[in-house]
Amino acid sequence: MASLARLRLSRTLPLRGVRTIQTSADTTQLHTTAPTDPAEPFTVKLDAESFRSYKCDGPELEVEVTKNQLLTMYRQMQLMRRMEMAADALYKAKLIRGFCHLAIGQEAVSVGLEHGIVPNDRVITAYRCHPFAVLRGGTVAGVLGELLGRKSGMSNGKGGSMHIFTPSFFGGNGIVGAQVPVGAGVAFAQKYMGEQNATFALYGDGASNQGQVFEAYNMAKLWNLPTIFVCENNKYGMGTSAERSSANTEYFKRGDTIPGLQVNGMDIIASLQAVRYARNWAVNEQKGPLLLEFVTYRYGGHSMSDPGTTYRTREEVQRMRSTQDPIRGLQRYIEEWGLATEQELKQLDKDAKAEVDAAVAEAKASPEPDVADLWTDIYFKGTEPPSMRGREREEVCFVSYIRGSSGN
Amino acid sequence: MHTTKLTARAAKRLPSIIVRRVSFDEVAVAKADRKWQRRWNSAVVEPPPAGGHLPSIATSEILRTTRDGALRTPGLTFSDEDASGSSSTIIGGRETRKMNVYQAVRDAMSIALSKDDSAVVFGEDVAFGGVFRCTMGLSEEFGRERVFNTPLTEQGIAGFGIGMALMGHTAIAEIQFADYIYPAFDQLVNEAAKIRYRSGGQYNVGGLTIRTPTMSVGHGGLYHSQSPEGFFMGASGLKLVIPRSPIQAKGLLLRSIRDPNPVIFMEPKILYRSAVEQVPVDDYELPLGKAEVLVPGSDLTVLTWGTPVYHCETALHMLNSPSPALEGVIPKSLRSAKVELIDLRSILPWDVETITESVKRTGRLVIVHEAGMTAGVGAEIAAEVQKRCFLKLNAPVKRVTGWDTPVALQYEKFHIPDAIRVLDAMVETLQY
Ligand SMILES: Cc1ncc(C[n+]2csc(CCOP(=O)(O)OP(=O)(O)O)c2C)c(N)n1
Ligand SMILES: [Mg+2]
Repeated sequence: MASLARLRLSRTLPLRGVRTIQTSADTTQLHTTAPTDPAEPFTVKLDAESFRSYKCDGPELEVEVTKNQLLTMYRQMQLMRRMEMAADALYKAKLIRGFCHLAIGQEAVSVGLEHGIVPNDRVITAYRCHPFAVLRGGTVAGVLGELLGRKSGMSNGKGGSMHIFTPSFFGGNGIVGAQVPVGAGVAFAQKYMGEQNATFALYGDGASNQGQVFEAYNMAKLWNLPTIFVCENNKYGMGTSAERSSANTEYFKRGDTIPGLQVNGMDIIASLQAVRYARNWAVNEQKGPLLLEFVTYRYGGHSMSDPGTTYRTREEVQRMRSTQDPIRGLQRYIEEWGLATEQELKQLDKDAKAEVDAAVAEAKASPEPDVADLWTDIYFKGTEPPSMRGREREEVCFVSYIRGSSGN
Repeated sequence: MHTTKLTARAAKRLPSIIVRRVSFDEVAVAKADRKWQRRWNSAVVEPPPAGGHLPSIATSEILRTTRDGALRTPGLTFSDEDASGSSSTIIGGRETRKMNVYQAVRDAMSIALSKDDSAVVFGEDVAFGGVFRCTMGLSEEFGRERVFNTPLTEQGIAGFGIGMALMGHTAIAEIQFADYIYPAFDQLVNEAAKIRYRSGGQYNVGGLTIRTPTMSVGHGGLYHSQSPEGFFMGASGLKLVIPRSPIQAKGLLLRSIRDPNPVIFMEPKILYRSAVEQVPVDDYELPLGKAEVLVPGSDLTVLTWGTPVYHCETALHMLNSPSPALEGVIPKSLRSAKVELIDLRSILPWDVETITESVKRTGRLVIVHEAGMTAGVGAEIAAEVQKRCFLKLNAPVKRVTGWDTPVALQYEKFHIPDAIRVLDAMVETLQY
């Protein structure tokens, strides 16, 4: 017992002197002057500490962007944040029940990822999934409808917060870690079919310790799959800090023979550049899997019932919010580089708010799912067992009846 | 390897030295964690709204809310009890305290930790008290080397516990929700269950207990409402227990921890706060593998476990004295029916004797569980009862269960059997 105690003591000593990645959101510099044509590319330069690489060279610090793209990113990040805030309010009004996990603070990862990939790339993540669902072809109303358990929800109200999908987004997965080997399988299919695409399999710092994650690493490397493993390191898994859960908190190095890249996940331009690099690595250069670690931060609690200010200090949260916010960071770039005025950005904020307000109204107006729909989608239509048992006195509600009644 | 557990050392209470000195920082963190947990839990196990599915839990007659009633719990044996003592002298000196289920579970673990210095408690976030507060304060009391957080690794947690148990340790592991036990399924079913058999009796993991919150809360959705007990029922080598109340939770958990076989202990999460009893403060146990007759009767047997115990109790009341709204659908002739209510408590092994004895007397059986119907625990019991009681049965065995569908976010309270569905099944079975 005594020796065990010693062992644990030594493990809890903080690591000092390890170089950490920089997570400020506003250190990227304009390289040339911004052109007047909003679609014309220009170059900006990332801070030298934006990346740390493992067994790879890592991306260039010079990034090509356009005004249009930066403004779109800004608008989307605002939209994502507004949507999550609306979900928060709906939950507090007890209109959303069950479990609900918000990604406020992590917008530079979801939006940055979307801008570095193409529509036919695939994405899969765990339960913190709302922004990906919208960006990959869903709608704010579809997400909120799902959270509310309404028919208009993207899973017809049957899934809820953790279960939202689009044709290029495989969810929305509640079992932490399970999505990672699934992502490897998706990437295998892409490769097999000769698609010029990659799959981005996301998971958290906490989930990174599930055995399945390592099983997926091995398969992806063994078969040289276009799987980009993406660890969203927001420093906590529920109330447990990364240091308390992981022997190696340098998540980008955990792939063993899989090269990795740690990324400032609060600067959307760094996120974008990292994703472009990863995609190029897997798709154009066909070098197999790569492990991206986005160092990011969640402002709110783990889920709605966690205030999120007890296992970390209020000051820590406040500091991240005030100095490293990804939206404010991009706002500064846009203003400093003369791409748009504060007034114009305010208008974008207003538009985002209006869009979310309209989506809330639309979602609320949608009815709850039809009762009959609760036992559809279990099997392929027409191949079901004659009845799904358990419901009724004498199982009067047979599938044939359901089919007849909801045949539209 | 022998099967004796380390309870031999039980008598000696550990000196307080075992409580490791904690720094200010850790105390602050622990306090903060506690506060967090409190809020966290209040949302997780928030009871359903009025008109929801637990109308009777606050007033249940099954719960033992007096000291005397608590001490007279059938089958209760105090661990320090002199077998020759009469029950009155035993009851005389015993204290009880008001506890809910999570407090009773915590109390059991505290006793196990203090009496057995090889006992450790671990799982995701347990050092902070756990999502449902069952391990609140244990790491402060017994040290972080005995009550510790694991990474997110259910298969790892189960395997790790098996390894400890192979070394003769008492390993009390928590799987945060029963819905997350599936990643650990292989370790439990292939390793824990079979190790004694496949080593020809040389090894065993009797020291392993897996605790996990189970059943629904009314709005948990697909991954927070499942009742996976049936999946373990065929895994000979394991035991599986589901308590219904604080007294039951403490006594059955202490017995499970000390049982020389690996035990999965599933705690109905909605009962953590809502079920309150006077609980004996001393170290006591309740037997595994024994069902308990809660209400004796002669016309119909209703068998259940965990949360639905209280829905069944409500249904019994509805049958005997229906509200005006129900009067029209409950024939007068049935209102005096005497229904026997049984809590199965142990799913594996299950108490065939008590159940078949009851059904032979009543001739009718209704089984109620939250898990789906197909190949649920009720299926196994129904098959055995039909075999053993065939000539005595006056009606087919009826099952009232969750649907054979995933638990949708919406309509969860209709998915889960409630008092009305139980009542309907009782009426049908009595009229057959
Ligand atoms: C298999 C499994 N175990 C436990 C949980 C409960 N749980 C949900 S989220 C979570 C923490 C995950 O943390 P991390 O991977 O860092 O993701 P984050 O919440 O920070 O986005 C836990 C323990 C779960 N959903 N699935
Ligand atoms: Mg995390």
